[in-house]
Amino acid sequence: MPNVIELNQINKIYGEKSKFPTQVLFDINLTFAEGSFSSIIGQSGSGKSTLLNLLGTLDKPSSGVIKINGIETQKMTAKSLSTLRNETIGFIFQFHYLLPEFTAIENVLLPYKISKKPLTDDIIKRAEELLDIVGLTKVKNNLSINMSGGQQQRVAIARSLMNQPKIVLADEPTGNLDSDSTEQIYNLLREINQKLGTTFIIITHDRHIAEKADRIIEIKDGKIFMDVQKNE
Amino acid sequence: MKLAYSIAKRFLISGKFQTFMIVLGIAIGVSVQVFIGSLISGLQKSLVDKTIGSSSQITIVSASPLSFISDYDEKIATIKSLDQPIDAIAPALEASGSLVKNMIENPVLIRGFDLTAAEEIYGFNEKLLLGGSLPDATGEIVVGIGLRDSLDLSIGDTISFGSETLASTSLEIVGFMDFNVLQLNSLWGIATLETMQGIIGIGNQISKIEMQVSDVFAADEIDFAIMTALNDDSLESQNWKAQNAELLSGLQGQSISSIMIQVFVMISVVLAIASVLAITVMQKSKQIGILKAMGIQDQDASLVFLFEGLILGLFGAVAGVLLGLGLSYAFTTFAVNDLGEPVVPLYIDFGFIALSALIAILASAGAALIPARKSAKLSVIEVIRNA
Repeated sequence: MPNVIELNQINKIYGEKSKFPTQVLFDINLTFAEGSFSSIIGQSGSGKSTLLNLLGTLDKPSSGVIKINGIETQKMTAKSLSTLRNETIGFIFQFHYLLPEFTAIENVLLPYKISKKPLTDDIIKRAEELLDIVGLTKVKNNLSINMSGGQQQRVAIARSLMNQPKIVLADEPTGNLDSDSTEQIYNLLREINQKLGTTFIIITHDRHIAEKADRIIEIKDGKIFMDVQKNE
Repeated sequence: MKLAYSIAKRFLISGKFQTFMIVLGIAIGVSVQVFIGSLISGLQKSLVDKTIGSSSQITIVSASPLSFISDYDEKIATIKSLDQPIDAIAPALEASGSLVKNMIENPVLIRGFDLTAAEEIYGFNEKLLLGGSLPDATGEIVVGIGLRDSLDLSIGDTISFGSETLASTSLEIVGFMDFNVLQLNSLWGIATLETMQGIIGIGNQISKIEMQVSDVFAADEIDFAIMTALNDDSLESQNWKAQNAELLSGLQGQSISSIMIQVFVMISVVLAIASVLAITVMQKSKQIGILKAMGIQDQDASLVFLFEGLILGLFGAVAGVLLGLGLSYAFTTFAVNDLGEPVVPLYIDFGFIALSALIAILASAGAALIPARKSAKLSVIEVIRNA
């Protein structure tokens, strides 16, 4: 399988121009194959969220090269980066980040609406199916602010899959869920991974969850401490 | 565009109270604008109307004080054929002298008019007291109530008019007028043009051509155009602007102060909208961050706030115009004098109101530019890291 993401000698320093710069990532080299299901583990402050933000083009590395679909992201304009995020990457954030002013189904539809393609019945059906998959059909017209944390997280998962992205980046996607729901969500993500060939990169602090992935990368003090590929 | 609009709409609806307060703020600004504007232009119009509304605004006289204007019909026809906003034009011939009754003598200025034409300038019918009539035949005269009182006149009386240069003539009193000005009431008499031509003995000549124009502030320009068209050295002209410099500067001062008030009201409205919208961007920075993570273009993120500004401006302007008109209506209904007339008559100029509304909408959109720029510049990572 070709690589969908490549990281080459990535360093990230916060407050580069300040008196006390903090280096969070040190010479990271990583590649992710298309259709792979990887987990990144590490203690808090180890740099895993920073790594995910760099992978998602939300942040820029201090040095090094990031290629997505073979294209260097540093050389892209803000506009083409936005398009890349919209079409190629789905985000599931730790704090789910729904728009509280919109209903569940509207939140799911947002990435599609941002793409400015015409909204057809098929698209609405897809959004409804996604909500059905995450078990929220009954509350699809509720404002997201009126939903529980777990429900909101599941809406965020449905939303991340709306534009059928090539890559899904998830930061503690099941952090707020009980163990049964967590299990369900992971099975769901796995299913999508196998069915659609979507590349998943999931951050978690839960080793038990991490072990369900095909590949476990452990980050420690901003460096790759362990990178294990599980054999099927 | 559609996406930005729908997000803007949703943001505004979700914060109903805040939206209402902003709309109210804009509405109050616009209503003050509409009310003050209507009040000041009403004041100005009534002042102009009271001072120069029933008098000649442009007068053509003979250049030499001893001669008269002949062939005046031709000259009036020339003036009427010009493409100028002239509302009324009337020939006049006047003579001063004394009215005498029972040995009592009173100075008088008798003004002879083509009364049908002069009616449009002076509104004689309205000024005529009950029981009298306008002079119709030669030898008939109407005098001011001041003259009536000092000479103890009544309708049907015959009095004699004469001066050092004019032979004494008998005139019949057919009515009295209240000119609403003390000086005129005790000085003016009104007769027909023919009566005066007979008294002076000059045939078909007049001493003045009097005019009113629809744009009083352009009287000097119209005056110039008329004199250029007549191209007659034996004529001279006077216009109210040249004769009433002080009144004119007073009116101009009023206009300028009105504009100043409106400008300051607008500035405060713009500042209020800009600051409130700036706060909204802060409030919505998380949402904007999420939208950006999902790939919304910076331009669309800006448009959200521009639309917010436009929508707020639109509703604020409409509410403000209604409020302003309501305020004006209340003012003209409740702030009245003893006669039940408004203390200050308002002048509702729909063009001005539409302009005020348009300025408010544009100002709101303009005020939204700052938050819109801020929104475009907002970095996703800042939002996510500070969550």
